[in-house]
Amino acid sequence: MEDREKLNRLRWRCTRRAMLEMDLLLGEFLDRVFPSLSPAQADAFVMLADLEDLELWPLINGSRECTDPIQAEVVALLRNVRVK
Amino acid sequence: MSKLTIPVRKFDAVIVGAGGSGLRAAIQLSEAGLKTAVLSKVFPTRSHTVAAQGGVSASLGNSEEDHWHWHMYDTVKGSDWLGDQDAIEYMCRMAPEVVVELEHFGMPFDRTDEGKIYQRPFGGHMSNFGEKPVRRACAAADRTGHAMLHALYQRNVRANTQFFVEWMALDLIRDDSGQVLGVIALEMETGEVVAFHAKATVFATGGAGRIFYSSTNAFINTGDGLGMAARAGIALEDMEFWQFHPTGVAGAGVLITEGVRGEGGILRNASNERFMERYAPNAKDLASRDVVSRAMVTEINEGRGCGPNKDFVLLDITHLDPATIMKRLPGIREISIQFAGIDPIKAPIPVVPTCHYQMGGVPTNYKGQVVGDDGTPVSGFYAAGEVACASVHGANRLGTNSLLDLLVFGKSSGDSVIDDLKSGAIGLKELPSGYADRTLARLHRLNTQTGGSNVSETRLELQRTMQKHCGVFRFKDMLAEGVAKILDIEKAVARTEIKDKSQVWNTARVEALELDNLIEVAKATMVSAEARKESRGAHVRDDAPDTPANPNGRDDVNWHKHTLWHRDGNRLSYKPVIMKPLSVESIALKTRSY
Repeated sequence: MEDREKLNRLRWRCTRRAMLEMDLLLGEFLDRVFPSLSPAQADAFVMLADLEDLELWPLINGSRECTDPIQAEVVALLRNVRVK
Repeated sequence: MSKLTIPVRKFDAVIVGAGGSGLRAAIQLSEAGLKTAVLSKVFPTRSHTVAAQGGVSASLGNSEEDHWHWHMYDTVKGSDWLGDQDAIEYMCRMAPEVVVELEHFGMPFDRTDEGKIYQRPFGGHMSNFGEKPVRRACAAADRTGHAMLHALYQRNVRANTQFFVEWMALDLIRDDSGQVLGVIALEMETGEVVAFHAKATVFATGGAGRIFYSSTNAFINTGDGLGMAARAGIALEDMEFWQFHPTGVAGAGVLITEGVRGEGGILRNASNERFMERYAPNAKDLASRDVVSRAMVTEINEGRGCGPNKDFVLLDITHLDPATIMKRLPGIREISIQFAGIDPIKAPIPVVPTCHYQMGGVPTNYKGQVVGDDGTPVSGFYAAGEVACASVHGANRLGTNSLLDLLVFGKSSGDSVIDDLKSGAIGLKELPSGYADRTLARLHRLNTQTGGSNVSETRLELQRTMQKHCGVFRFKDMLAEGVAKILDIEKAVARTEIKDKSQVWNTARVEALELDNLIEVAKATMVSAEARKESRGAHVRDDAPDTPANPNGRDDVNWHKHTLWHRDGNRLSYKPVIMKPLSVESIALKTRSY
């Protein structure tokens, strides 16, 4: 799969989710933060985006902690996203 | 064009949408041994059903005495007497059965000490025909919709339902007799367009809340089933009725729970005035949803809104003790920071009334069969859930009836398919020649358009127009202007242009195709709302005020009827409300007051 195709697939999976909160946050993250991630962080984000909304949301709002250190870095970046 | 062919896959039944209603219908069909395909834009457990947290209602009577007839009364009253009483009786009678069934499918309901399903009170749920509150809502903590989807999905896996994930249905296939023979769909991963040829087609595509600028709905809710039905000549029913929530974050739409006002939150206008004191001197900020929403819109319309465009009001909790905010309103601070850029401990949150739920939809009977204008079933076509209008919600939905709707009518639509197959009413008819022409022409137009309109800009204009002209509080002149504007936007939608012409994972194309559906819903909503010259349930007009002759602005003499919007000619017709239940006496019209 080409990079463009991979990115479009990721975009679809970030912006067609069960909850509006996740559409907004992940879409914004993809545009603003994702391009500057390290390859390991980018892989971690893809894995996080594969989680279901009710698994991912508690990580972002801090009610659950990430065990994987690289995922934790990405979650910290997700927490800093401001949707305006 | 008719020489163009596309691959064909044959099934007994094809279901479009894999949220609660689609999954419930699929269980019925697959367990009956039918070869069943379910198409979904996303993985099933990512459907918007997840966002339904409150619960599902059923008169189980586990905590105190309850009866389906009382539930029926509450639903008819909630609907402002626009709901069909045969469908409402059916839904409320079936509720205990479908909830217990769901329990057997593995749904982890909260339980009482004796191990029964725990039931809690909910707004509008009353015993003895409106006398006093009753505990009727069954829930799985605050993740009822999520748990429901998982239970239904696992049951489908066991039953060998075939899922087509990340496929978008584009159009219905109908023959000259009007029978529905399946759908044409696009696989996102390949860009391939395929016909799903089936004896029965079930729409379970959910709502279209994304027609509004401010919406609590996830991006996925683009009304695909409504667009497909309208293009295939099926009228859409009661599309003027949309439920709004008073406090969505301005711009983002993310819901701020009523609990914030319950804990002392105050709504303020641009002059920092606590304006609810003028509209509801006693209840103030805790007045009912519709009263608060209308007051907010009045403030904005009269120039007292906040921000550079004066288009929102403020929800202020800065006077509360930060410790109270952290303890009593967990998550609200994070939501405000992330979606409004505001720390509510330090500054008020910008809010606007926000679209939440679609009451209207594809007209069906209580068996989940799609019906034509005269009530006759459209052969081979079924619908359930938010896309459908049975009509159980009428002009306003009762809380927790949305999850019940998708269980009851998901199941009944599946049963109707089985009955119609057994009776020979439906079967696999040959595909008519040129059945894919219109869809392929639409795709060809999109691929070759030059000098056209931008998809996201056109969608934004559509959403802003719906919000401004057809929001929670409606005005005669604004509606008339709104009709003209939305017809202009329709012209732009017909000329959308995408730069990416590739086949594989072309999300720009999919978004343009979603916009083709949004515009049909927007037209249906605006035109139906402009025409209905009364206030009823969620449709509230400034020029239909509360008078002794027409309490709450409701005009039963002229408007106690369902709207049908026809895409062809953009015209309306009406049909009577079914006042005769299946087995009990009719619940007679009276003023709705709580």
